[in-house]
Amino acid sequence: MNDLETIRRISGVNPRRCMKCGKCTASCPAYDQMEYHPHQFVDMVETGHIDELLHSKGIYTCLSCFACVERCPRSVEPAKLIEAVRVVFLRRVGEEHLHPEAVAALADPEIPQQAVTSAFRKYRK
Amino acid sequence: MTYSYFPGCTLKTKGKVLDHWGRLSAQALGFPLEELPEWQCCGGVYPMAKDEIATRLSSVRALSNAKDGKLVTLCSACYHVLKRVNNDIRTDETIRDRVNRYRADEAPYIGDTEVLHYLEVLRDEVSFSELSKKVVKPLTGRKIGAYYGCLLLRPSKELQFDDPENPHILEDFIRAIGAEPVVYGQRNECCGGYVTVENPGYAKSRAELILDNAVSQGAECLITACPLCMYNLNKAGSLPVYYFTELLAEALGLKEGDA
Repeated sequence: MNDLETIRRISGVNPRRCMKCGKCTASCPAYDQMEYHPHQFVDMVETGHIDELLHSKGIYTCLSCFACVERCPRSVEPAKLIEAVRVVFLRRVGEEHLHPEAVAALADPEIPQQAVTSAFRKYRK
Repeated sequence: MTYSYFPGCTLKTKGKVLDHWGRLSAQALGFPLEELPEWQCCGGVYPMAKDEIATRLSSVRALSNAKDGKLVTLCSACYHVLKRVNNDIRTDETIRDRVNRYRADEAPYIGDTEVLHYLEVLRDEVSFSELSKKVVKPLTGRKIGAYYGCLLLRPSKELQFDDPENPHILEDFIRAIGAEPVVYGQRNECCGGYVTVENPGYAKSRAELILDNAVSQGAECLITACPLCMYNLNKAGSLPVYYFTELLAEALGLKEGDA
């Protein structure tokens, strides 16, 4: 199965439903932290530009706030596509975005366990 | 009524305050919380990929161990994860089947537990009008901004907690404890979440946006139900932030002095 098929299957998203209204990007608090904004991300999955997405930093800056999921008038759910692309990349042998040994340096004494657990769930498999 | 209770990892450590005053207040209000005898961390984030089964199992174990069909949480993230996993079990036959294959030695779980946030218990089981009658130290004159964040509200189709764009449960709570709610636009915007681990500067910019907005509308402090929101908002630091259970305990006379 190729990456595009996997992404569609595990996200459950049909990008063809998108009507390009841009509401996801307008709602996204992290849009300025992504080289491909959410509406572009959906379009690039639809048109098969998966390699660019797999290597984009936006897959790590999505906050999973679900504003795009909530507000999409076509129920495309862009956050699920972003997660699926990130998961496909991180499942490759040897790939991880956050190494356990890096956490001690990144974390201050007040950081809640919830943040570290969540980051591990998001950034490595 | 006694409820089964899932505290979650952070409420045993950095978020002890949220847990402590929540339990004492629940006891005082007549709905004691009984911690599940064995529970595992919910994972903090809901696994969106449909083929991730192992990361759903700790939630399913907690859900299937709840007594009397209800499971109460205090942490926004635990609520979000447990409720969405429960929804998967109810609505996605493939996920339900695969999860139950991991649980071959236990009875199949079909999603019949109801996940309740503590605030929902206050609203729907206790009722805010009854709560206000039990307030002995009303927080009169305090101007409090409710901070909802993301995880209680979205996606509303699954969480069905409150109006996702114009929520009011926390404002109703603030009124019930005798204080004045301050409504501000950014109250349901993201605090920066887990991205704070690798990009604290960016998370701080999110929190500043929220706090500046709350200050501009006259809030003197904020309340939250999430330890990660608490952490991120404190990093920006322009207003005191409390867990809602701290102010609840204060209003019920369970706490000495000002919170």
